[in-house]
Amino acid sequence: MTYPPEIVAEAVVGGLLTGSVYALVALGLTLVYGVLHIINFAHGALLTCAMFAVWALVTFTGISPYTAIIPLAVVFFAVGYVLQRYLIGPASHGDDSNILLVTLGLSIAIENALLATFHADTRTLEGDFGFQVVEIGPMLISRPKLIGFAASLIVAGLLWLLLKRTDTGRAIRAVAKEKLGARLMGIEVGHIFGITFGLGCACLAVAACLLMPSFYVNPRVGNAFVLVAFTIVVLGGMGSIPGALLGGLFIGVVESLGGLLLGDSLGQLGIFIIFILVLLFRPTGLFGARA
Amino acid sequence: MKRSELLFLVALLAVLALVPLLASNLVINFLVTALIVALAALGWNILGGLAGQISFGHAAFFGTGAYVTELLQLRFGMNAWAAAVAGIAAGALMGLAIGAAVFRARLRGSYFALVTLAFAEVLRILTNALDFTGGASGLLLKLQPGAAHFQFDQRSVFAWIGIACVGGVLLLTRHIMHSRFGAQLAAVLENEDAARALGVDIFATKLRAITLSAAITAAAGVFYVQYFLYLDANIGYGTWISIEALLAAIIGGVGTMAGPLIGALALHGLGELTRGFAGSITGIDLVIFGLLLVAAIAFAPAGIVGAWKRYVGGRRNA
Amino acid sequence: MTSNLTLPAVSRRTLLGASAAAATLGFPAILRAEPAPVKLGIIQPITGALAQDGDLGRFGATTAIDEINAAGGIKSLGGAKIEMIFADAKSNPEAATQEVERLQSEGVSAIVGGFASPICLAASQAASRYNLAYVVDVGVTDAIITRGLTNTFRFAPGLGIVTKTALANLVALNNAAGKPAKTVVLVHEDGLFGSGLAKLMQTELPKAGFEILETIPHPTPARDMSNVALRIRSLNPDLVIPSSYYGEFVLLARTMQQQHIRPKGIYSVLNGAASNFRFVKEFPEAANGVMDCNHWADPRKPATAALRKKAEAAGKAWAYNIPLNYSCVKLVADALERAGSADREKVVAALAASNFSGHIMPYGETKFVNGQNMGAQPVNLQVQGGDIKVIFPDAFADAHAMFPWKG
Repeated sequence: MTYPPEIVAEAVVGGLLTGSVYALVALGLTLVYGVLHIINFAHGALLTCAMFAVWALVTFTGISPYTAIIPLAVVFFAVGYVLQRYLIGPASHGDDSNILLVTLGLSIAIENALLATFHADTRTLEGDFGFQVVEIGPMLISRPKLIGFAASLIVAGLLWLLLKRTDTGRAIRAVAKEKLGARLMGIEVGHIFGITFGLGCACLAVAACLLMPSFYVNPRVGNAFVLVAFTIVVLGGMGSIPGALLGGLFIGVVESLGGLLLGDSLGQLGIFIIFILVLLFRPTGLFGARA
Repeated sequence: MKRSELLFLVALLAVLALVPLLASNLVINFLVTALIVALAALGWNILGGLAGQISFGHAAFFGTGAYVTELLQLRFGMNAWAAAVAGIAAGALMGLAIGAAVFRARLRGSYFALVTLAFAEVLRILTNALDFTGGASGLLLKLQPGAAHFQFDQRSVFAWIGIACVGGVLLLTRHIMHSRFGAQLAAVLENEDAARALGVDIFATKLRAITLSAAITAAAGVFYVQYFLYLDANIGYGTWISIEALLAAIIGGVGTMAGPLIGALALHGLGELTRGFAGSITGIDLVIFGLLLVAAIAFAPAGIVGAWKRYVGGRRNA
Repeated sequence: MTSNLTLPAVSRRTLLGASAAAATLGFPAILRAEPAPVKLGIIQPITGALAQDGDLGRFGATTAIDEINAAGGIKSLGGAKIEMIFADAKSNPEAATQEVERLQSEGVSAIVGGFASPICLAASQAASRYNLAYVVDVGVTDAIITRGLTNTFRFAPGLGIVTKTALANLVALNNAAGKPAKTVVLVHEDGLFGSGLAKLMQTELPKAGFEILETIPHPTPARDMSNVALRIRSLNPDLVIPSSYYGEFVLLARTMQQQHIRPKGIYSVLNGAASNFRFVKEFPEAANGVMDCNHWADPRKPATAALRKKAEAAGKAWAYNIPLNYSCVKLVADALERAGSADREKVVAALAASNFSGHIMPYGETKFVNGQNMGAQPVNLQVQGGDIKVIFPDAFADAHAMFPWKG
């Protein structure tokens, strides 16, 4: 099935827009992996939690999901810090496979706590954010997706600045590179781990605010984004912020074009095959540190 | 391995073997389900526990065993037992293939884990899309109880076969742990670079490990299909079995011989226990399950076997 | 002559008291002992991926049980109440099998539910070991009733019947409107029901004179449906036939509205959102005009409106799962009445011989052949003015079809 160029162009644009939100979800994951060296199985459940938080806030106070970005980011930063510092860190005793289990157990608990609180119904935001479009040339671009794109770039940029220019950022990078050395230099590693995890959760909160207008929420919704987030983290290089951003955009376009060519079902193959090929031939990813 | 531990294991297997004689179908079904996961976890443990290569995609082997055995019976009318052997062989081949690609590229740690997940996902998407594998409707084995068809009227026979398989794999694991191969695996686990410097062929060692691991997990897949009869892409290659296998092995005690079996029984037992909490609030039982999982790891970081060893060791020293 | 018509209060009481005393003396066992309840297993996936549907199914079942008990229970068993033993299928077949064993061990006389085909397949199979009656509520795969299991009964239609009816109704609809639709794009979720439907449609639609421009499968869950909408826009079909679950259809419908994609009709089959009131309420503009060939309650029966009111009062979205499970439970209650016993074999026999018509589905009299209720059929619905109306068949219709859609 061949498509006219306008359709392909629009698919690419659509892929970039969707990919930018994937990137935001992956940003949190890559930070947590790069610094704590843990694969956070609870990432999907935390995203779902954030999305419910957006829904609840918007539905009960009437504010726009975009206004909710800053307050929710702050709240989720705190939640993430507390989770890592006082639950995940202590429970796993620093062992990698134990962290896996702890985050797995957490994800089960969180998902079902959301089920118990909100029930299984699929909910969407009231109001017509989801329907607004912006005309760019012959294309009708979804306004919330455009905002999401811009915001993702901004957040990625801010995060990158934080890591490169601030003292906290330097401490984070030190811990990521050499934990023991950093501790010897007086850096409190547990605190830094908490901050990193908190930043990861804050990214999820922002992603949730940007996603909700064009999506929906139920207790399982975050799971759909986790696998693709992992793919992006590996593709972009674990721990690399620009890697997560570019990886996200790339995967978004691959998914979109793959969907066009093979159908959305088989198109998913494209993502995993790219993933496998990158790992086999360039395992540190596009921007990862040299092995 | 100490004599007392061997005795404990034999005793455990004997107790399990008695269960089908004394307990109701409810307990026997619980046992069979737990044994299937235990077998998959025992397979996982060879690669993840002994060799230290944590895999997130063991479903790739479980599903291969399940699909090959079911397809051979449905499409080619092959005898169930022959199909079972073929399924296990196919699983081993899949392990060999994936291992060859992945270990040649020197993938380790989280990269290895995620690439195995990717392979499992690719297989899931393909089997869901292809008509030959039943597509999205899945495959259904004809219900025909009879030893010749590897199906049994009595659930207890399945349980005994399962216990026999698990027992066999446990002995195999024990044998490996005391063999030269086991020493090579341990070397890879401890410090790969040092092992290479000492002349251990890392690639060959890992390849053998993943092939064996895949064969055992594929056997679990074969067993699943003979017991439940229905198979689709999500059951065969879905993440549920990858996660259960690694959960059971880690909770039981990763790298220990009996850890995966004990972990599988404990995990499923915990599930049954928390089900009792299911009240009017939907999902509360699973919240408790998740939290208990976290607590279990917090208080027994070396798994159940590790906690037992610490307890016994502590008493001995007291 | 008033003394004949109105008994003095004292005498009336005495009269009642006397007759009651006489009854007690004559039939002590029946009046004093409360008959043992009949245990009914209800299995639904209320956690996991299918929780949304499982919750609705459970509501339908529990409402029916409450009503039956309030009306005096099973009369032929001396007014025995139905005791529900609930089981969570956890959205996977292994858990469902274990739960059936548990239900069996607790002595249930029959089991109702399952929802998803893999769950129904596993659960009914486990129940068959005990010749324990299993009534499938939804489970559309035809494999459920071709296994030759005598304990399994499916009350609702399977994929075969649904596709045949959907197609026949589409042809009738198209002909009645002067054949405005010729080209079709099929959109389906790539799981069991979506792929199964699409496969049947692909062979039958061309025979009925339609041209399939493209078949677009998508995963569940899907993160994005904008590509699907894009392709629909570029193909510009007369008709879009979507078979998806709730979330994906929401995304698709919303994107189609955004992009001003308006085919002559959206004719969904077994769609998870099109015949769900939550969708209609939250997306009035996108939902308006969408047609669906799906399970649905008979709108003419007063019990339907009563059940709907109860559902809405409990905050549940009105969708087919509720009336379907409600009817399945009533079907079993009727079987118990006729069997006059809670014995499993007798319940199976009573179900097999059932001609129950006291349900609220548009099925007429029940008749099971090899486990399939031959009276079962889907109906055609359309969202009109914020409400879901039945447009076909005429016998159950409460509105006229508005096709082609000029929304």
